[in-house]
Amino acid sequence: MATTKLAFIVQRPPYKSENPKLALTHAIASQSVEIYLSDGDMVEPVIAFIGDGVLNCLKNQKAMETYGIISTENHIKNSLLVDLKVLVCKEDIARFGLSEDAIVLDAEEMGADMKVQVVSFDEITKEMESANHLLFF
Amino acid sequence: MGKLTIGCFSSLVGSMSLDFAVKLASAAIDKGHRVDLWVSGNGTTLAKKGQKPFKDYSYLAKSVTELTAKGLQVTACEACAEARGYHKEDTMEGVKRFSMDWYLASCFDADRVLHIGGE
Repeated sequence: MATTKLAFIVQRPPYKSENPKLALTHAIASQSVEIYLSDGDMVEPVIAFIGDGVLNCLKNQKAMETYGIISTENHIKNSLLVDLKVLVCKEDIARFGLSEDAIVLDAEEMGADMKVQVVSFDEITKEMESANHLLFF
Repeated sequence: MGKLTIGCFSSLVGSMSLDFAVKLASAAIDKGHRVDLWVSGNGTTLAKKGQKPFKDYSYLAKSVTELTAKGLQVTACEACAEARGYHKEDTMEGVKRFSMDWYLASCFDADRVLHIGGE
């Protein structure tokens, strides 16, 4: 029985590239990874938004109206719904002049118990140090 | 010997990241390591059948075919490929197609993971 922790670090802004969304969809795929693993083995993902990547977490994205695709905001909410740990860098939110009110913090309307955690970069660094592998998007 | 998992999300043409990933995979296999190469997003273009070599564009079909014969496991994200309009029958021989959880499973027991994001 073993657990491998994977840290998905999102540092690119939304909609300019596919990367942030692929980070989220790959992290969510951890829900079905057991089909490839032995009994008791598991993958533990953590998603962290840093730098320009924090812009992925803005509320009220209009991706469906504008592009006809599911928004990155919705993918973050789906991550919470499947109990993934989602971190957002506090300093980088401040750097953009944003407050935590501007950030998607929960998915209560979908029935998710998990919440987005706005934390210092030091805390994100600790998560990265405790991960077996880092995946930068 | 160890296991290396490489994830590459950059396109075959327009970026040299896949060239690097394939060269790295080749070097690791030559040293006796096991290598999984996961291509997702635009990276799935690596696995498209019928690539034509031009001197001005990256051409990796020959290298990939040779490396899969030597044990390289190349897997393309099925949804990413389908979204780009190429289907199972358009996929290069020797390349597998799975969903994203395959990549995570490969990372699970890899000694090293090199993740190269997209453009």
